[in-house]
Amino acid sequence: MREPIRPNPPSDRRRKVSRRRFLGVLGAAASLPTAGALLGSCNVLQRKEAPKLGASAEEIIKQRQLTPEDVTAALMTYMPSGKYDEYLMFSSTGHGGQVLVHGLPSMRLLKVIAVFTPEPWQGYGYGGSPSKVLEGGSFRGRPLTWADTHHPALSETNGEYDGQFLFINDKANGRVAVIDLRDFETKQIVKNPLLVNEHGGCFVTPNTEYVLEADQYPVPLGGEYAPLSQYKEKYRGVLTFWKFDRQKGRIVPEESFAIETPPYWHDLADAGKGPSEGWAFWNSINTELAVPGILEGRPAMEMATTQRDMDYLHVVNWRKAEQVVAAGKYEEVQDFKLIRIETAVEEGLLYLIPEPKSPHGVDVTPRGDYIVVAGKLDPHVTVYSFEKIQQAIAAGQFDHDEYGIPILPFEQCLETQVELGLGPLHTQFDDQGYAYTSLFLDSAVARWALGKPYRDDGWKLVEKLPVHYNIGHLAAVEGDTAKPAGTFLVAHNKWSVDRFSLLGPLLPQNAQLVDIAPDRPMRLLYDSPIGIGEPHYAQIIKAERIKAWDVYPEVGWNPETQSVDPNAVLKVGEERIERRGKTVEIWGVLLRSQIRPDVVEVEEGDEVIWHLTNIERAKDATHGFALGGYNINLSLEPGETQTLTFVADMPGTFPFYCTEFCSALHLEMMGYFLVKPKR
Amino acid sequence: MERIATTSPVVTERPAEARPAIRVALSRLNDRILFALAAVALLVSLALPYWEMTLLAPQYPGGLKVAIYLGPRGLAGDVAEVNGLNHYIGMMKLEEAATFERAIAPFGIVALAAVAALAAAVRRRWTALLSVLAVLFPLIFLADLAYWLWYFGHHLDPTAALSSAIKPFTPPVLGTGRVGQFSVIARFGPGLYLAFAAALASALAIARRWQSSQRRVEVG
Repeated sequence: MREPIRPNPPSDRRRKVSRRRFLGVLGAAASLPTAGALLGSCNVLQRKEAPKLGASAEEIIKQRQLTPEDVTAALMTYMPSGKYDEYLMFSSTGHGGQVLVHGLPSMRLLKVIAVFTPEPWQGYGYGGSPSKVLEGGSFRGRPLTWADTHHPALSETNGEYDGQFLFINDKANGRVAVIDLRDFETKQIVKNPLLVNEHGGCFVTPNTEYVLEADQYPVPLGGEYAPLSQYKEKYRGVLTFWKFDRQKGRIVPEESFAIETPPYWHDLADAGKGPSEGWAFWNSINTELAVPGILEGRPAMEMATTQRDMDYLHVVNWRKAEQVVAAGKYEEVQDFKLIRIETAVEEGLLYLIPEPKSPHGVDVTPRGDYIVVAGKLDPHVTVYSFEKIQQAIAAGQFDHDEYGIPILPFEQCLETQVELGLGPLHTQFDDQGYAYTSLFLDSAVARWALGKPYRDDGWKLVEKLPVHYNIGHLAAVEGDTAKPAGTFLVAHNKWSVDRFSLLGPLLPQNAQLVDIAPDRPMRLLYDSPIGIGEPHYAQIIKAERIKAWDVYPEVGWNPETQSVDPNAVLKVGEERIERRGKTVEIWGVLLRSQIRPDVVEVEEGDEVIWHLTNIERAKDATHGFALGGYNINLSLEPGETQTLTFVADMPGTFPFYCTEFCSALHLEMMGYFLVKPKR
Repeated sequence: MERIATTSPVVTERPAEARPAIRVALSRLNDRILFALAAVALLVSLALPYWEMTLLAPQYPGGLKVAIYLGPRGLAGDVAEVNGLNHYIGMMKLEEAATFERAIAPFGIVALAAVAALAAAVRRRWTALLSVLAVLFPLIFLADLAYWLWYFGHHLDPTAALSSAIKPFTPPVLGTGRVGQFSVIARFGPGLYLAFAAALASALAIARRWQSSQRRVEVG
């Protein structure tokens, strides 16, 4: 028999609902004789179906059948109107291509930052100035309108988040975006010219000198064609160090560099800090150097890449690499500075250490003294000591891989291995000397104690908390910095299965808030469905660290240059239209409730350059500018100036108007764009 | 004109208890110091707001503030926002109010302070008499403000969006009024209080100077 449509949760409520439905039918049937009685009994029945909640907390708790744990969780997460969340979480959205900002502990979604995917509310990619940012991320001249965002990285000063910038990678196309946290807008997208697909980014060095990014699936340098038979010779891994200019708020590709590696797949990364500052660490997969080819009889990659017991942790001395680049010992490949494998070996920039096969996360402990590698296929986390790594390098007892890269002896670098459970993926830290590792297969978070100098009772599992379900990344408050806060943790679960109302077969992800306060067991507080993408990594920052603008600093502000735009109209009455041959240039303003000028008439084929300034100074007085038919929509926040350039190649009559409900006379905030047809 | 001296040895005073208490109190004041204080208060008032208006509405949780300075700061606060809102009811821009008065105000106040200073320096009745202007000044300011508030509320642009919804009105000089969803709270600013203090000091000083000159005349 076919299952009826199943409401959630399945058991209890279904029985109750069907009984109520049954009663409802009975009631209606019994009262059929008089219409009045029918209405009356319906009302009575409806009231019975949805009893109003009582006035007191006790009554509500009883009626909603809440447990004491539920009540505690509610009290810890509820945010009264007008109160602000203490923390902000920046999450990737996977192939949604954007960044989410949640408030913690309420888990309210505060904003979706448009990054790689056009987003009309923010006027991102619909004709205005931000379209240039998207164009900057073109792939060999082709525009891209999506990305697979994985790992957001907040800028750091001395290994702590400074709340100024956010970086995020695009796995699918090998790109990195820069978001300015003064206006929460994407300012730059850079395409890595050496690779196509990446994963090991973004991670920043402790003072944001560099943003780390590495390939996932290797291609020949630059992504040119080469048959898979030439995998070992032509395909290459790329460990990239994007130079960040904090003053300009931009990545500087000309000052960035990369280190060539064998075509191992690089997975996650972390930058060293404290004693390990100046070093960076990447995990790798497929040191088998396998290539796909199921139809040719080769094993599937999931098998081919898991044949060896050990892969290689890559240990990179980036401080020294910087000097090597300064000394000119690099090649320009695709106009990008590349240190060749031989140079990296000669100069002692790159070492490998065996690590249990196909690991996932590599996470440096808060003091920078240990490197924690999560096993994925191995129930342990493997902890390396940075001091021991340095001793092993000094001792000089190396094996070499087939490309001549030194391999440090595993035992000499190992501090310990801690058995946590099945499928360990990522590790975060708190301020009590505990580490938290996500266990994908166990669907749990493991809390375990770090050893000395963090704790005397170290290197052992403390407890596990089930989460729902298939946890990927986890993020603790400032939990990957030099000073973790140790208050909350969010489990980013890949599957939600039965946690939410069913809305068709594509289920939301489940971000679960976990209390990790010291001296009590971890506890689950809140489920937050993510219905617009698949968050991978997230970072959680103390909200006080972010100093965002409420309105742009001055009227006429160009968010691209973060300065006043020379084409801004600063006063009402100074708007104008100029025609120069086939070009029509408009300098306009928006204010409640006018778009000035409100009539623009051009000839078919004219180039239109339209500068628009929102001259408002009131918080939240944003105006939109929509031009139907031309696929144009801008968001002009108070003080903002944008320039719109297009060719009026479609004759006709086009109303333009404000898309952001701004005032009582918002509907009247409109005008006409008239395109006279060619004769 | 006779020279005035408060502690002239030739004065033979009547017994204190025979004189009204207010005159006794007045006689203890120093008119020079009072005039000097008035001059200083007037100069300081240039740096402070004379009148402040706060507009409260649900969508402006912090309120909107406009302050009138008679010194170089002129109109301050959320002037653009208030103008933007006022345009819906057809009200003139705040900058267009009392342009002449605001243009001469800084010079006028400096002149008043100079007059008070002169009265402090030159102990004559005519210098005191000139200081009557300082006594009148805050009253003139308030009268002018009231006029302009009335003028603004009664000269609304009939073509404005909300012209039919708003009847002519006079915003309050002091206290609370209501326009649309806005509560308007008007307050005197510290500058105006200083001007009042200067007016009081000048009034007392003038009276004192008259008292001493009277006595001198009586005796003489």
